[in-house]
Amino acid sequence: MTDWKFTARQLVRNPLSLAGVIIIAIFVIIAIIAPLVAPTPAGARDPYLIPRDGYTAQPQPPSEEHPFGTTEGQYDIFYGVMWGTRSAFRVALIVIGITILIGVVLGSLAGYFGGVIDEVIMRITDIFMAFPWLILAMAIVAVIGPSLRSVMIALCAVWWPSYARLIRGDILQVREEDYVEAARGLGASSGRVITRHVLPNAIYPALIMASLDVGAVVLSAAALSFLGLGAPEGYADWGQMTQFAHNWIVGPTNEPLKYWYAVTIPGLFIFFFVLGFNLLGDAFRDIFDPRLARR
Amino acid sequence: MELRSYIIRRLLLLIPVLWGVTVFIFGITMFFSPIERASLYITDIKQISALPEIIALYGLDKPFYVQYGTWINQVFHGNLGWSTVGGMPVWDAIWHFLPATLELAIFAAPLIVFTGIFLGTRAAANKDKPVDHVTRILAISGWSLPTFWLGLVLMMVFYGYFRGFLPPDRLSFWMDALVNSDAFIRYTHINTIDAILNLNGRVLLDALRHLILPVITISTVNIAFIMRLMRSSMLESLGRGYVLTARAKGLDERTVVNKHARRNALIPVITVSGYVFAGLASGAVITESIFSFKGIGWWAYQAASRLDIPSILGFALFTGVLFVLVNLIVDIIYTRVDPRVRLGGTVQ
Repeated sequence: MTDWKFTARQLVRNPLSLAGVIIIAIFVIIAIIAPLVAPTPAGARDPYLIPRDGYTAQPQPPSEEHPFGTTEGQYDIFYGVMWGTRSAFRVALIVIGITILIGVVLGSLAGYFGGVIDEVIMRITDIFMAFPWLILAMAIVAVIGPSLRSVMIALCAVWWPSYARLIRGDILQVREEDYVEAARGLGASSGRVITRHVLPNAIYPALIMASLDVGAVVLSAAALSFLGLGAPEGYADWGQMTQFAHNWIVGPTNEPLKYWYAVTIPGLFIFFFVLGFNLLGDAFRDIFDPRLARR
Repeated sequence: MELRSYIIRRLLLLIPVLWGVTVFIFGITMFFSPIERASLYITDIKQISALPEIIALYGLDKPFYVQYGTWINQVFHGNLGWSTVGGMPVWDAIWHFLPATLELAIFAAPLIVFTGIFLGTRAAANKDKPVDHVTRILAISGWSLPTFWLGLVLMMVFYGYFRGFLPPDRLSFWMDALVNSDAFIRYTHINTIDAILNLNGRVLLDALRHLILPVITISTVNIAFIMRLMRSSMLESLGRGYVLTARAKGLDERTVVNKHARRNALIPVITVSGYVFAGLASGAVITESIFSFKGIGWWAYQAASRLDIPSILGFALFTGVLFVLVNLIVDIIYTRVDPRVRLGGTVQ
């Protein structure tokens, strides 16, 4: 417990990680208060569908009614980015939860039992890691049909190998410890030894890596949505909204930057969200890498 | 271990990797019914009555291993199938789209590696001084930038605001016509190199103008990545005994940093640079699609989103070979940088 207090103090003391903590806190607050600041119009089917104000193609600049303006098809950008924060957290939590689960199961099997099981699982991770993840994810989404759910499935499919490897490595270390030997000597079953003795001592690096991967997952999901493989048109999702602005990067000749709000605002939200987690991640790395901490 | 036998052993590793990747992709496509896959061969609605014939002709209703076997057999006879997206055989499509990607990689890779190493070294040598803080903040920001968004914003400014100063695509219309005319000999299909070989300054200038934005877009994230790695590797190296010895001998700081510390700090950076280059050469999907810079990544993206199965499999083989080769080259470079590393063994 004192370790955690110590870590927390170090995080707050460093201006960079403090900035990260603040940014993440702001996004958490946005996700919580989204229904208050951007209320869903009565009678809407799904709060994640951005309400439209007319059907004109041309984006409209920020106004009192639409603080961030509207994008193509008069979707309200403010509503989109607020609820998009919720989409981002949802995608990140689901993808990371599932990848950790797969990683824990396969990683412990490989690390604890070794031999053929280890060899097979590790060769499978090799194959996954020898292939560009984006193309693999694209192929998977193309097969199961574009949607936010498909994006999550595809990301889980390409993300688990790194967790399986990390957890396997930690388990290899822990399984040689005396207390594991003792548990085995007392006649505990493999299942019990893994879940009670090995995993609790081997899982922390994976959990830390997972908390830092939140930004990377959101960035990847946004990239897939941007390529038109994710959330459908009008869904509150930052990547989808950036894709939607693709047609409006160049304004009319006398006002080339006319539609800047439609292009930049959703992207800025992605950027700051990822930045928050990366700032925190950098600080974590310094704290947990004792070779660097000493200097 | 002798170099030649080491290389042969490593190349043999290609077989399981390629086998695994293609079985996996083939397996995914099996989720489609034979009718769906047969309809990919159809170009005209009138041919719809021919669906059963197509299924029978290509054996699309046979079990998985039979279809995979047929495909492997084709590949061994040098036939990778037809790429619908490219409108040519898959093998030709790879060679058709590769030059654009290589052109991007040739310019981006040195920029990424040298800038990353330089900034990382500077930051580590001045740890906790302003230089370090600024480069660190820049690196974390660059690392957090969504590539696709950066590309759009750059295009909004340099294509929109500056009146088409840095346009998308590989060449302007007239230059493209010139390049494909008889007056211009295409040695490599890499525009800048061809322009130099043809001594054509206008084509060179035009090609460079089209390259600037994609190169910046793809380099930003990667520079940040290499820089962060170099910094932490360098910090570790600077704390070692031999650096202390070098300082104690009274060597000036510049020699200590550049000669003693950096050489060892480079080792992890070389591995990762290999991966970065393999990633660049296997196609920068997002960058190439934003700037309609039609290379391998653009092709693969089109193939994946339009379910052009032979193209996806061809691309899988291509990247598999590329990654294994790059890994091999990286391992050989290791032995040059760190003489303690022996091929096929560990540090002694």
